Amino acid sequence: MSVIDRGTPRRIGAVVLRHWYLIAGSWPRFLDLCYWPIVQMILWGFIQTFLMRQSTFFAQAGGILLGAVMLWDVLFRGQIGLAISFFEEVYSRNLGHLLATPLKIGEYIAALMLVSLMRTIAGLFPATLLAIWFFGFSLYSLGIALMAFFFSLIAFGWSIGLFVAGLVLRYGLGAESFAWALIFALAPLCGVYYPTTILPGWVQVLSALLPASYIFNGMRAVLIDHVIRTNDLLIAAGLNVVWLAGGVVAFLIFHAQARDRGMLLQLGE
Amino acid sequence: MDAILDSGSTAARAQSAIEPAIAVEGLVKRYGDVVAVDGIGFTVARGSFTALLGGNGAGKTTTIAILLGLIRPTAGHIRILGQDFALHAKDLLARMNFQSPYADLPRRLTVRQNLTIYARLYGVAKVKERIADLAHELDLAALLDRPFGELSAGQRTRAGLAKAFINRPELVLLDEPTASLDPDTADWVRAFLARYAKEAGATFFIASHNMPEVERLCDQVLMMKAGRIVDSGAPKELIARYGRPTLEEVFLEVARHGARSGDSP
Repeated sequence: MSVIDRGTPRRIGAVVLRHWYLIAGSWPRFLDLCYWPIVQMILWGFIQTFLMRQSTFFAQAGGILLGAVMLWDVLFRGQIGLAISFFEEVYSRNLGHLLATPLKIGEYIAALMLVSLMRTIAGLFPATLLAIWFFGFSLYSLGIALMAFFFSLIAFGWSIGLFVAGLVLRYGLGAESFAWALIFALAPLCGVYYPTTILPGWVQVLSALLPASYIFNGMRAVLIDHVIRTNDLLIAAGLNVVWLAGGVVAFLIFHAQARDRGMLLQLGE
Repeated sequence: MDAILDSGSTAARAQSAIEPAIAVEGLVKRYGDVVAVDGIGFTVARGSFTALLGGNGAGKTTTIAILLGLIRPTAGHIRILGQDFALHAKDLLARMNFQSPYADLPRRLTVRQNLTIYARLYGVAKVKERIADLAHELDLAALLDRPFGELSAGQRTRAGLAKAFINRPELVLLDEPTASLDPDTADWVRAFLARYAKEAGATFFIASHNMPEVERLCDQVLMMKAGRIVDSGAPKELIARYGRPTLEEVFLEVARHGARSGDSP
């Protein structure tokens, strides 16, 4: 049996449709997607405005804090969007139904990624527009590099999201808090708001293993030096392949263990 | 060459069509030291109703979950609709469906949205028509646009049955299909199951505690205790063998004193 067949797009579309129904049918859910990115953007926008008045550096490098916070949200929303979409099946005790259909596990993972992409764009787009209006900063001024930054960060987010979803599959909803905690543990290493060169030497080694480190350094290079560091983007892409493969393998292993332990039918609140 | 292949695949399909709907051999499921299913074997004839009876913890739900691919067995071999389940699980699941009290549908989605999603997952043609047909047959028309979570227990059971029949399955696995229904609705559901079986030639494999239901619907009963099939036969045969007036009394005797014949299938 092949991994992909004629029914693959239809089955992936069915899972995406399930989440579309959920979000489109509930304005509080939609508002929830946009709310925190907007609040974060406003908070950091004012901090940046203050710093620009105090410091020549910030005055000359306008937008690095706002750019950082919005790109951080791509990573965070990408991760949480995938994990939450999976948790929705667990909350509603629907996972058993879903996995006893012709839907293949690879198709389910692809669907979760698409839903995460949908949620991330829906959540961040209003914040990027409001940032232009409120603070005169356009994330889109990053130009073509923005696309590379976006996909690199969301792919890294998916790898963490798959690992967290797998943990819940294997250990139940008790592991749910990792969805919120794990990504924040990586934030200091990624150099979201500062260059990773200020980290202690041994921490820099860990930082160098994270695709996001190259993206945030790359964003500062675009905004401060007006150069796109292609090498950094390529290293980030290579690391993302490794991280994403690791996330998929972890999810598959946790799925196999959950199936072994008879948890797929009974997993729920 | 194509003709040879075609005739070969036609022969294979013909062969698989005459094999039992379910054929299980040496099925074992262990969780550490706990043996949930202990080397059971049985066959279920095509177009038949087979009931899996047993007390709580006898291994019924585990057996059904294994047949759905939701639990990996420790040992054993399963053929479903003439094909090896381990090799063709996803192809076979397209021809099967199930309902279980352990699985729900998303509560915030309407019944229609839920059925649309599952129709697409199963590759149902003419989704709207199929949902309309099922809504008519299961008296769900007035409930289609209500969120699943707002339905009563009985209404949810009917919506769950609509999901279980959305792909016109050849094999239906039901775990306690009428457990939360009032006697009138339960009777009506049993009539629906019997009608579907007759019209579609489908096979039913049911775990139930409702003995009158089993007596009325089933051709074969498998009695499970502590992970083993301890007795089997047609309901009337079992009643005669144990000299009891009802299947419920047979069930009680097996549960309390063990099987009389011990001739597992």
